[in-house]
Amino acid sequence: MSAPTDIRLGHMPEHHPEAELLVDYAAGALGEAESLVVATHLALCPDCRHEVERFEAVGGAMLQEIEPAALSAASRDAVMARLDDVIAAPEVAAARRTPPEALAGLKLPQPLRSYLGEAGPNWRRVIAGLAEHQLLAGPHRAVLLRIDPSVAMPTHTHRGREHTLVLAGGFTDAAGHYLRGDFRSTDPSITHQPVADPGEPCICLAITTAPLRLTGRLARLLNPFLR
Amino acid sequence: MNTGRFGKGLVAGGVIHGGRQGVFCLMIATLAPGAPLALSLHLAVRRNRRQSVARMAGTPSDTDASKVGVATSGIQGRALDDLVADVAERRDRRAFGQLFDHFAPRLKAYLARSGADQATAEEVVQDVMLTLWRRAEQFDRTQASVGTWIYTIARNRRIDLLRRERRPEIDPADPLLAPAPEPAADDTLLTSERERRLRGALGELPAEQAELLRMAFFDDKPHSVIAAETRLPLGTVKSRLRLAMVRLRKVLKDNL
Repeated sequence: MSAPTDIRLGHMPEHHPEAELLVDYAAGALGEAESLVVATHLALCPDCRHEVERFEAVGGAMLQEIEPAALSAASRDAVMARLDDVIAAPEVAAARRTPPEALAGLKLPQPLRSYLGEAGPNWRRVIAGLAEHQLLAGPHRAVLLRIDPSVAMPTHTHRGREHTLVLAGGFTDAAGHYLRGDFRSTDPSITHQPVADPGEPCICLAITTAPLRLTGRLARLLNPFLR
Repeated sequence: MNTGRFGKGLVAGGVIHGGRQGVFCLMIATLAPGAPLALSLHLAVRRNRRQSVARMAGTPSDTDASKVGVATSGIQGRALDDLVADVAERRDRRAFGQLFDHFAPRLKAYLARSGADQATAEEVVQDVMLTLWRRAEQFDRTQASVGTWIYTIARNRRIDLLRRERRPEIDPADPLLAPAPEPAADDTLLTSERERRLRGALGELPAEQAELLRMAFFDDKPHSVIAAETRLPLGTVKSRLRLAMVRLRKVLKDNL
């Protein structure tokens, strides 16, 4: 039997993104989908949050050390001339409507929550035991996945990088056991078969940078659908 | 007098005013007796600061706009903190002008390197500097140095304006944010001191690590793309980045 949900919510992540991925995030070099999964992990992982702050400090030091480039005098004049306008119209914090904290029973941290409508995820069945809600389309795709308790995913490999962040429940594959906040990266060298923990559905944020490729017997049948 | 000279021609403005901050800064000097760089810290009365800063920086005055060029300004660390505080507290245009002269040419170089043409780079520079003017109250010198704060603003505006994408970030006020445990050792350093050490350590990195860091932070390319374009094995790119970060982190934790 699995641990109660409340204990899992307080789980401190044990599986983290690679340092290079955090550097890429701090440098602003990742696309939106990869940034979303990293930032959502940061919300659940104070250690990685701190690491990113250190990398941002490196970025700041590098900005200080960069060879300066001459700026037109007109740019300076333009900015100085606009200072009064800015005072007259101070920045109003946009009253952003963010969905409520517990969305459809899911405790999704920011920034992930703001990618969902007020109604929560609109699950679409992919195969038996697996449903998804698409957050970002395109070659770098972001989806919420819901895997039913104890369900094993088809064995698959990846044409590009894939990152999976657990938000509820958990799953196991050959590399370990993943709970809320845990981060799993895979690439074309890895073939795996994740199995959801028993007791409750496993909810994940998954990013694919290229379509999955199934390797099992279902492969030819299912590959056209996993794009 | 309020400047301390550190190795490699780095002049740090040890501009200190007010009792508590001065005591804190002197504490660091005491805590770090074996520091390789001699800290020379002097208290300066606030009314002398402006002249000293102007002398150190050699910055043109507010009205002397024609001189904006590649001014390798020497304003450092805490002096920059104080300039932002002046903007926040008094809407001090002269302080803002000095921040502009220091950061705008650096921001332009950063944006040009990440792929913006000249005109676009200058537009984004203007946008970033106006953001600084608007949000000066939000700057917290205990959280980040001015350089780091402006770097993150510029990075986000670059993503927003040049790439037309959203930048997903945590919300510090989110009730679901996992709380941070005890502060790490390097948190006890002044952010301006952290930046000074990092800048020193950047200059000491092996050339191939320094170049890789510049590509990672300035070229708007993730490390996987850098590996593909430089035809370096991905493992080499990763290990160089890691080695560089290990060295940089070490200078933050040493001497505490």
